[in-house]
Amino acid sequence: MAKVPNKPKNREPYQQAYYPPVPTGYIRWVRTSLVWQFLRFWVINFKILRLLLKSHH
Amino acid sequence: MSRVLILGAGISGHTAARYLGKWVGKKHEVIVVSPNAKWNWIPSNIWVGVGEMTEAQVTFDLEPVYKKINIKFHQARAVSIHPEGGSDADKPYVMVEYTDPARAGETAAITFDYLINATGPKLNFGATPGLGPDEGYTQSVCTPPHALKANEALQAAIAAMKQGERKTFVVGTGHGMCTCQGAAFEYIYNVDHTLREEGVRDKAKLVWISNEYELGDFGMGGVHIKRGGYITNGKVFAESLMVERGMEWIVRAGVKKVEPGKLTYELLDGTEHDLEFDFAMLIPPFAGQPMKAFDAAGNDITGDVFAPNGFMKVDADYTPRAYEEWSKEDWPRTYQTPKYKNIFAIGIAFAPPHPISKPMKSTNGTPISPTPPRTGMPSAAIGKAVAENIRDLLNGAKELKHTASMAEMGAACVASTGSDILKGTAATMTVFPVVPDYETFPEYGRDMDLTFGEIGLAGHWMKWILHHVFMYQAKLRPGWSVLPD
Repeated sequence: MAKVPNKPKNREPYQQAYYPPVPTGYIRWVRTSLVWQFLRFWVINFKILRLLLKSHH
Repeated sequence: MSRVLILGAGISGHTAARYLGKWVGKKHEVIVVSPNAKWNWIPSNIWVGVGEMTEAQVTFDLEPVYKKINIKFHQARAVSIHPEGGSDADKPYVMVEYTDPARAGETAAITFDYLINATGPKLNFGATPGLGPDEGYTQSVCTPPHALKANEALQAAIAAMKQGERKTFVVGTGHGMCTCQGAAFEYIYNVDHTLREEGVRDKAKLVWISNEYELGDFGMGGVHIKRGGYITNGKVFAESLMVERGMEWIVRAGVKKVEPGKLTYELLDGTEHDLEFDFAMLIPPFAGQPMKAFDAAGNDITGDVFAPNGFMKVDADYTPRAYEEWSKEDWPRTYQTPKYKNIFAIGIAFAPPHPISKPMKSTNGTPISPTPPRTGMPSAAIGKAVAENIRDLLNGAKELKHTASMAEMGAACVASTGSDILKGTAATMTVFPVVPDYETFPEYGRDMDLTFGEIGLAGHWMKWILHHVFMYQAKLRPGWSVLPD
């Protein structure tokens, strides 16, 4: 008897998880890429420094 | 010689204490009263709650640190404030009750020339029946002992899942009027990360529940940031993170009661629902510490000095107004109390004029919306500004020149979403100003160049470094005063 392949179910629409953006594999890789994150580390530091300087009265 | 008395040694109180000790500690007397012998870097408690850190890594003994800068430390809790003096002293004083085991139960009147109330929040677990780790059925990460207990429960759940059981984890806020959603937000991602590391994430259902109108509100009315060619609301990113990690969420919810393994919540639409859980970590609502105030004749003036929620009234505009009429001018700038010019309240202890997020009520009249955050970076900035003003007053100044309005300062929040030096991530968010200022920034209420957010390993490195820098600074190690607060 021939094996019947499992037909994948349609994704349920109109659910909570249906709408938000989901990061692609590239974005997930970028989030832990050592080289890119090393650069972002300094950018974030610079941004926080600007915030601190503007906050002091 | 004058005496500055500081009640509380949390982030704001300790910041004020270390600067006052450094600036005036040799010439004047600085006293800190705190019921806890240890200082706690609260933002790292979430890591204690998943077993990534020990209690010793997030705390240290205060007394030896204060000795370095001539500060006297009393392990005691403040009971009442007598700003005009009274039966126990001619000068203004505070009645304290010692929690120091060597003097437990003893009371004393400590006089002051200047008083800083930095008593922080009362963790009001009692507001929701069944809430909390001591008399209820939920965990907390608000204190190191709570976080340790949460980790014990988490590890027990992990052990059961390794035996094949399925578990439901519920994390969020335990009442309709909570603040501090950020701590719960960090905790749910750290639980997720821990479950993945243990290889049992497929056996866990993770549910976020909060009183926010939308995810990413954080009690600041949410935030807009530039991303991918659009100006987008933080809700999009918060929901994206939840979907990416396979979490469900319930918002606009006020938890009404907790029973063993089950909580009941009300939504803004007035409906009530039950949610079953195996493990729940829910942040309690905050109230002011229960302190009384009396005038010289011994009359109770608590209602003049404190707001009904127990937080101290300062130089804010407390006139009740509709959300549309709120202004940056409503927010305090010097944190000086209106009647007593030598008393200040900082950190969570000051009474905010109103929330930042728009107040919402269910159709049954139950308030379900976040109260305003005033922890972390703003708390330290406020503590430092008040210390600067008291230093200047002690040196003869007549006016307060240093201000720290939350409508004029920014805040950076690094929310851990998994702790690992190479694979960890954190969401880094900055907002400027904390309280939206639609007069200066008409479109979004915030400076879009200083308000941003991103997720990545760099954020985890930031969070890790901040932990060590702030612990170093708080211990008054060499060069502490040149480090940013």
